[in-house]
Amino acid sequence: MTEKRIDHSLLDPPKLPFEPLLERNAVITEQPWVRWLLIGSALLFLLGFLFLPLVAVFTEALRQGVGVFWESLKDEDALAAIRLTLITAGIAVPLNVVFGVAAAWAIAKYEFRGKAFLVTLIDLPFSVSPVVAGLIYVLIFGAQGWAGPWLADRDLQIIFAVPGIVLATVFVTFPFVARELIPLMQAQGSEHEEAALSLGATGWQAFWRVTVPNIKWGLLYGVLLCNARAMGEFGAVSVVSGHIRGETNTMPLHVEILYNEYNFAAAFAVASLLAGLALVTLALKTYLEHRHADALAASHRH
Amino acid sequence: MDLKIASVHKSFANFPALVDVDLDIKSGELVALLGPSGSGKTTLLRVLAGLEFPDYGAILFGGENMAIKPVRERGVGFVFQHYALFKHMTVLDNIGFGLSVRPRADRPGKTQIRKRAQELLDLVQLGELGSRFPHQLSGGQKQRVALARALAIDPRVLLLDEPFGALDAKVRKDLRRWLRELHLKTGTTMVFVTHDQEEALELADRVVIMNRGRIEQIGTTDEVYDHPATPFVFDFLGTPNVFAAHVDGRKVTIDGDPSPIETHSIHPAGAVDVYVRPAELQVVVSEKLGLGATVTDVQRAGPVVRMLATLDDGRRVELELPHASPDAGSYAPKQRIRVRPRQFSVFPRGGVPRIATPSAAHAAESGERSRA
Repeated sequence: MTEKRIDHSLLDPPKLPFEPLLERNAVITEQPWVRWLLIGSALLFLLGFLFLPLVAVFTEALRQGVGVFWESLKDEDALAAIRLTLITAGIAVPLNVVFGVAAAWAIAKYEFRGKAFLVTLIDLPFSVSPVVAGLIYVLIFGAQGWAGPWLADRDLQIIFAVPGIVLATVFVTFPFVARELIPLMQAQGSEHEEAALSLGATGWQAFWRVTVPNIKWGLLYGVLLCNARAMGEFGAVSVVSGHIRGETNTMPLHVEILYNEYNFAAAFAVASLLAGLALVTLALKTYLEHRHADALAASHRH
Repeated sequence: MDLKIASVHKSFANFPALVDVDLDIKSGELVALLGPSGSGKTTLLRVLAGLEFPDYGAILFGGENMAIKPVRERGVGFVFQHYALFKHMTVLDNIGFGLSVRPRADRPGKTQIRKRAQELLDLVQLGELGSRFPHQLSGGQKQRVALARALAIDPRVLLLDEPFGALDAKVRKDLRRWLRELHLKTGTTMVFVTHDQEEALELADRVVIMNRGRIEQIGTTDEVYDHPATPFVFDFLGTPNVFAAHVDGRKVTIDGDPSPIETHSIHPAGAVDVYVRPAELQVVVSEKLGLGATVTDVQRAGPVVRMLATLDDGRRVELELPHASPDAGSYAPKQRIRVRPRQFSVFPRGGVPRIATPSAAHAAESGERSRA
């Protein structure tokens, strides 16, 4: 019988030198100076191009004191612009919620011919210049447009009036709600609706009690983006508005007019309202993104 | 509620999902629809539920034609593979959903709905979990809640789509037994879809085996297992060894086997395929019997020992011995053995029935099961 030899190297492995490993993960991390350079230049860029202009808006608005700031906002034309902007968003956003939910529903839950085309069409407003979007309506409804004479006979005014502004805004903001909902509804499938129907719910009950709760965060997120764009839209609205003070001027258009008249304090006062809206939107968006991401993840998780 | 499905056809685009399906289900029966993926079993279940509509054919619930009625008018309970619980509702609200969406006239009061939901929750043995949300439950618990929710509407028939498909093996086994008990307790007619043959055979009163949109065989566990109607059924219920053979009266001679096997049944003479389950292929000692083979692999798998061998003509066969049998431990790779079927099914070669006389051809086609 041979003597069993014990391999001591296995029982007692050689001591590894106790050195701290390099702090960085060698594979994916750069040298410290590269890191600082990248982070620094990104911060400088953000500071210069995003943060400073925002600060400038508010400082310019308040440069001549809070009194002048309030006076500029209480100006009759400014109030009219604010009112018109709210009205426009108040019509465009609900319309786009209805269109967006309907389109997302059709695309996510049914198979039909021309579906890919419809998806592309929904994205059209993103790829078309807003000026072109405005011109489309001038060409259709303007005095020399296709429907111009017909409208003139009936004394209906669309271009250079509130309906034109609403139409242009609806066009430009169309994709926001649908774009948010399509991936969400596709991920969720129709099993929940099928379950609700099999339990005896009507289509309407299934929609309100099952579908809407399932998509609510995505929907709110889409509404928020849609609203921000509706209130801030300049190009398309500018073409169809006619810039009539106190009648067809929205806030962005009013800012432009005031600025062109060298009335900087008033221009920046109204601009600061829009900037404030942007900040509120940003804060809400961050919160909703968080909830929306949870909902998306949950529908994948099951 | 007895169900009758007659000449149902359904195709998607140009793919025939159901081809001329006839099926009768008796009241109170527990029936399994079994088949590989793409066999049409889930489509058949969804057609029964009203989640899909047949291109033509009749679906009768106790004599009433349901083929064109939408799902909400059929009164079926449907349980989804991925549960489809409403995630923004508590467990109790999920279960009470079916009652709360009834038309105002026959909708029970809020407290009654809660009471009924709690009863059902107790029935599925989750009484304490009523205020939880679905994401706070395990997979097995979710599936039980889904069942309770489907039972809440007093369904005429309960349809389950791969109810245990997303669960792990241990939970699946427990739930299977539990569903069987629930079926005995409630007496509801139940139809479930599965691709797991063990699940179908263990749980169902009758098994419907489907392949490419057609029903291959309908029968009790004993019938489909002991008298498979087609090579497909035999194949699907367990990987078979297939031998070429010749039949002459009661004698079945496997090609290469020096002595014929005497059977109880008579088959039309000619070339046939003999299908043998791994557990029904045995090792024989006599040199004058069976086919020579060389063991290539022996593997213990729980209570059985699985042995692979290569026949002298190069084909591979699989044997399965109970681990407790005295010779189970005595085989090793490279060992020479002789194998011979103990029990087998005979199908005409290549699945094409050879016509001798009409009745005999039918006997061959339906796969007479023979005992040596």
